[in-house]
Amino acid sequence: MEQRNPPAPDTGVRPSSKPGAAANAPIIEFRHAGKVFDDGTHAVDDVSFQVRPEEIVAIVGPSGCGKSTLLRMASGLSPATSGEVESSHERLGYVFQDATLLPWRNVQRNVELFGELRGAPKEERTRLASEVIDLVGLKGFERHYPKALSGGMKMRVSLARSLTMKPPLFLFDEPFGALDEITRERLNDELLRLFATEDFAAIFITHSVNEAVYLSNRVLVMSPRPGRLIGEFAVPFEFPRSADLRFEPDFARLSGEISHALRADLT
Amino acid sequence: MSIEARREAGLDPARSGAGTVSEPGPPKPARRSRAADLFSKVAPPLIVFVAFIAFWYAVSYLFLEETQRFLLPPPHDVFIVSFLDTVNLTEILNALLSTTQVALVGLAIAIVIGVSFAVLMSLGKWVERSLYPYAVILQTVPILAIVPLIGFWFDFNFRSRVIVCVIIALFPIITNTLFGLQSVDQEMHDLFTLHKASRWTRLLKLQLPHALPAIFAGFRISAGLSVIGAIVGDFFFRQGEPGIGRLLDVYRAALQSEQLFAALFFSSLLGLVVFWFFGLIGHLLTRHWHDTAGQEV
Repeated sequence: MEQRNPPAPDTGVRPSSKPGAAANAPIIEFRHAGKVFDDGTHAVDDVSFQVRPEEIVAIVGPSGCGKSTLLRMASGLSPATSGEVESSHERLGYVFQDATLLPWRNVQRNVELFGELRGAPKEERTRLASEVIDLVGLKGFERHYPKALSGGMKMRVSLARSLTMKPPLFLFDEPFGALDEITRERLNDELLRLFATEDFAAIFITHSVNEAVYLSNRVLVMSPRPGRLIGEFAVPFEFPRSADLRFEPDFARLSGEISHALRADLT
Repeated sequence: MSIEARREAGLDPARSGAGTVSEPGPPKPARRSRAADLFSKVAPPLIVFVAFIAFWYAVSYLFLEETQRFLLPPPHDVFIVSFLDTVNLTEILNALLSTTQVALVGLAIAIVIGVSFAVLMSLGKWVERSLYPYAVILQTVPILAIVPLIGFWFDFNFRSRVIVCVIIALFPIITNTLFGLQSVDQEMHDLFTLHKASRWTRLLKLQLPHALPAIFAGFRISAGLSVIGAIVGDFFFRQGEPGIGRLLDVYRAALQSEQLFAALFFSSLLGLVVFWFFGLIGHLLTRHWHDTAGQEV
């Protein structure tokens, strides 16, 4: 089916680094945003940062520092109690650590869920679903139920489900935290490929410094609760990145610096 | 192991002895292991059954004097009197049919009311708070105490018997359905919130399917209870079309112990069949995805 015509069309893989140009209006902006829960828990304190279109921002921090709360604030699930969070788009992809698939639906029907909730016509849903299932490499598994899938495959389904909305912003809440390292690294590479082809920005929460550096344009470091931003590191490596990047001295140096910043506040 | 081996050895001659020419050549390991599998499932309860029958004979013949033997007639007497005597059998089966009708109608009504109430309770905490205590009271009121009252109010007819069944079968359906509806993960709810799902959509596409295994667990328990309700109601009403409960009372009064045992057997069988039936339906509906769906009866 795939014919290679002489004048090779744009393959969709963009040549170099993402255009994180400052001229672009931020897709989401936190302005001195904080969160105090009803029970008095001070989860997040005075957080300010922006994410520009097609920019990948990773956030690392010790467990319980309010990273997940930050995403819930970004999505509006749990609004900020002080300051503001301003988002320029309503549509967003939210990927939890748990794949949150509906176990009574097969892969195809799980991926169609959001379209269904939006009221999209059946034909469009089916077309979109098969498109993204192909994109995450699950062709042939459409009729499988989540029970029969591995953890990594479930995450792919979860990712595909969000991709059907073509969201300009993705929120990742430690999506690969529960997976083994090999699966996690493979999914990291696939995510990078998706970042390159699918034009979305992302906030990526993780507790793995290596994962943060490998995937992002920028790494933010959070303190223990109440979570504050205590460091920001630009990641200079060009896209597309290859798996070998992880073994380069610059990569190790940057990861080391971030780990250091992370531990500085952990006494 | 030796039992297994003997059985395995016994299987093949039996099969070839049946003269199946179409099945030559190599033995089929898959079918063998399935037979062994079946054997390991069937053998333990079978052994218990044989032991039970042996114990029954022992009590009948060794412990009881001949004059007392009506207290526990030996199994073959029960079988001959109730299963081979068509007059007795017809009487029992007719009563069983009447009881089955009462139990099933009662169960159907309990399912409709129970699931509706559970859905209402899941919609608002205040609905749950105001209704749940009464559901508990319904459960704790002794059914024997309420049966005569229902007879007074609604006359001693089919309708009253059904009401008894509904009362006794309602609680497990409400609690199991409610539990199922409320045990959806927060993250799943978040997902539906993010996509602005209406209350109705959330119920239909998330909560009800999630609750399905619990709902059927409730149906299963209630099916057994509804049969008990039908028998108890019948036993106490002593009017209208006789069901198996009335027969039990009649046989008891007439010291017809063989028939009494047969009636007991059939009423237990009825409970077992409805219990198994709902288990099967639940299993068929959720086997693709639910872990415990594989457990049968």
